[in-house]
Amino acid sequence: MAEAIFELFRGNREGGQPATYRVPIAPGMVVLDALLYIQAHLAFDLAVRWNCKAGKCGSCSAEVNGRPRLTCKTRMDSLPLEKPITVHPMKAFPVIKDLVTDVSWNYRVNKKIPPFEPRPGSEWKMYQEDVDRVQEFRKCIECFLCQNVCHVLREHDKVEQFAGPRFFVRVAALEMHPLDSKSRTRMLKDELGIGLCNITKCCTEVCPEEIHITDNAIIPLKERIVDEFYDPVLMLVRKIRGAKQELS
Amino acid sequence: MTTEYEIHDHDVLIIGAGGAGLRAALGALSQGAKVGVVCKSLLGKAHTVMAEGGIAAAMANVDPADDWRTHFRDTMRGGKLLNNWRMAQIHAHEAPDRVRELEQWGALFDRTPDGQILQRAFGGHTFRRLCHVGDRTGLEMIRTLQDRGVQLGIDVYMECTITRLLKDGDRVAGAFGYWREQGRFALFRAKSIVIATGGIGKAWKITSNSWEYTGDGMALAYDAGAELMDMEFVQFHPTGMVWPPGVQGILVTEAVRGEGGVLRNKLGKRFMEQYDPKKMELSTRDVVARAIYTEVREGRGTEHAGAYLDISQKPADYVKKKLPSMYHQFKELADVDITKGPMEVGPTCHYMMGGIRVDAETAKSSVRGLFAAGEAAAGLHGANRLGGNSLSDLLVFGHRAGLAAAEHAKAVRATPIDSAQVAEAAREILAPFERKAGESPYTIHRDLQETMQSLVGIFRDQADLIRALEDLEKLKDRAEHVSVEGSRLFNPAWHLTQDLRSMLTVSEAVTRSALARQESRGAHSRIDYPGLDAVWGTKNSVVVRKGDTMTLHQSPVPEMPSDLRQLVAEEK
Ligand SMILES: Cc1cc2nc3c(=O)[nH]c(=O)nc-3n(C[C@H](O)[C@H](O)[C@H](O)COP(=O)(O)OP(=O)(O)OC[C@H]3O[C@@H](n4cnc5c(N)ncnc54)[C@H](O)[C@@H]3O)c2cc1C
Ligand code: SF4
Ligand code: SF4
Ligand code: FES
Repeated sequence: MAEAIFELFRGNREGGQPATYRVPIAPGMVVLDALLYIQAHLAFDLAVRWNCKAGKCGSCSAEVNGRPRLTCKTRMDSLPLEKPITVHPMKAFPVIKDLVTDVSWNYRVNKKIPPFEPRPGSEWKMYQEDVDRVQEFRKCIECFLCQNVCHVLREHDKVEQFAGPRFFVRVAALEMHPLDSKSRTRMLKDELGIGLCNITKCCTEVCPEEIHITDNAIIPLKERIVDEFYDPVLMLVRKIRGAKQELS
Repeated sequence: MTTEYEIHDHDVLIIGAGGAGLRAALGALSQGAKVGVVCKSLLGKAHTVMAEGGIAAAMANVDPADDWRTHFRDTMRGGKLLNNWRMAQIHAHEAPDRVRELEQWGALFDRTPDGQILQRAFGGHTFRRLCHVGDRTGLEMIRTLQDRGVQLGIDVYMECTITRLLKDGDRVAGAFGYWREQGRFALFRAKSIVIATGGIGKAWKITSNSWEYTGDGMALAYDAGAELMDMEFVQFHPTGMVWPPGVQGILVTEAVRGEGGVLRNKLGKRFMEQYDPKKMELSTRDVVARAIYTEVREGRGTEHAGAYLDISQKPADYVKKKLPSMYHQFKELADVDITKGPMEVGPTCHYMMGGIRVDAETAKSSVRGLFAAGEAAAGLHGANRLGGNSLSDLLVFGHRAGLAAAEHAKAVRATPIDSAQVAEAAREILAPFERKAGESPYTIHRDLQETMQSLVGIFRDQADLIRALEDLEKLKDRAEHVSVEGSRLFNPAWHLTQDLRSMLTVSEAVTRSALARQESRGAHSRIDYPGLDAVWGTKNSVVVRKGDTMTLHQSPVPEMPSDLRQLVAEEK
């Protein structure tokens, strides 16, 4: 039977090293199948998170051959088998053990975001075309892969100033809900640090739900902030008025 | 190894953070209780997140003739009248309000042209009744509940497994368990406890269920003296994936058939004509699962021993819009484009109708202070659950359990914890580390799955069930000698030793109940007793612990008032 060689990170907060395992390949196999095979046969205490095995829960994120992926949706036949397949934990989050990382920071950020607040007296009529966009955002399975690749978090570790793409998607879902009454733009600017995003689109590229994070969520949110706080028309008006004042 | 533990105090402790647990938390919170929620996975990853097809509620947005009466009748008939009628009535009554509430908390369902919540057809439902969001309804539901719960201030203890309920005399006093990450112990003191731990499917080999579904809550309740009911009724969903091997068992939502998908055998014949010509593909799950199984057994199965399920006659855009996750699932995992050709599907272990026996109004169990809701509880679905009736069950009875648990907590004082029970629970958790050179839990789990799959599956008979009980005895013995290596830091082998205990308990309860019931009803099919039996139709199976042995008795099915009896009998 054909075999694949896996090189997995084994270790914890204190450090670790790669370990190599040989896994028999079955048709249609995904990387998570291989990890669970290793766990059941070769390394009983290998730490891995997973639940649905079908791309629905966002538990099984890791870096496969250096690329952030859902391991349950990464087919072995999409990877070159001549060299070892490397699987590492998400880099942007602290390792707990092996492939399991501490993602609790995300839950703390989420808690800061003011929830949905319906307009008083709402009639609860909404039309499909008005909810399509928000439904795109609500597809998010919280795999945190976008958080993992965003350089603001991954390279610059700005966890205090920056909420990350996942939470811009969440805010966008709230802001664009047809019946929501709250504004979160000031918070986006001041607390969630959306200004630090320089639209590299790395987040969009890795999103397994194919959410257009930058084009549909981040950019429109940035535009709202501009409209609200730095509206060029308003600024122009102010300037002209100022000039007028100078003249008179 | 250290047996120290941290202590947390709550009025109401909820074990499980799926739809039932989170809805219960919101219910209890609304009464001013201090609420804690414990779960094995990260928050938002419970099984509820995977639910696809929808929530059943007679809102009558699409079919104006629908009402609670029809929903009630469908549920009772689907359950082959073994349901607790009062639960079915409450459920049908309250589901629409619970769905509207979700919308008011921010959930966004698919819409009708006039701006209401859209509803789709599903097996066994007379009318188009399932409120849905494409095929990711569960995700919408769990996010809505979780965000609201977190905002309103529930304490969430995620990646923490409860292994024991602690008692003070006849009432619950708390729960004990360990943090999966660091392996440390935690003690939760509470006046009321709600079990919302979901199902047991991981005891079977081919299953749509995740590693979490090991029946912990039922085993916890059983060990604490509560009654388990209807344990023979395990639902095999007719359509799981059958190929490639790694995805075997993964669910193919019934929404595919709801949206018009047809089933064919390898000869191209729509075989449901033979099994249920009236309802065809939208017959109840027990019927469709047996039909596919029979086609395969009689040599008319597909290449990978399944049936074809085809939705490609619908426009490709429509399929992608209404079934996006099925489209991706098949494209990415099986190289099949479902807008162009058929899927291959076969039965997969999916849902547990049985569970903790509860009171219909309050969800309380037979142990004082202990409540249960969702898949972990029994009664609503009888011998077979209709699709979509689980998500509504979670909301309706989660809510009621939360209210009743908070009320109970107000009426009683906190009770002291018995340190001997705690020490015993700690010893039990650590035992696999103390033993040397024992068996690995993975091989025991694999053998358990083989036994349940081959001997306690869709079709059962006496000889198989007796053999299964013998196997289970041996497996229990092996599990007593299981050992693990390594540290307590996120150690899945060690975690599995704990889950294995629960699986063995519930597997035995299923097998004993199945052996006793000498008839075929709903999801329970006995080859040696192929028909319905009128006398068995008046009995629920009840399992209770007496000392160290599992005992089984029958209890009369609660009798329906005559108006409801008439309603169920009406021809429609
Ligand atoms: C793929 C799939 C699709 C489905 N689609 C539908 C559908 O369309 N419509 C429908 O009505 N139903 C559907 N169902 C069924 C439905 O999703 C489940 O029955 C329901 O979600 C169960 O919810 P619950 O709240 O009871 O439990 P779950 O959502 O499973 O939550 C259980 C919780 O208990 C926790 N837990 C378990 N044991 C312990 C322990 N020992 N200690 C601490 N915590 C513990 C878990 O971590 C988890 O948080 C589907 C099921 C599956 C698998
Ligand atoms: S587009 Fe913005 S949020 Fe996305 S990865 Fe780039 S910097 Fe980060
Ligand atoms: S937005 Fe996409 S990548 Fe980011 S957490 Fe959600 S699903 Fe994952
Ligand atoms: S296991 Fe759920 S997304 Fe991979």
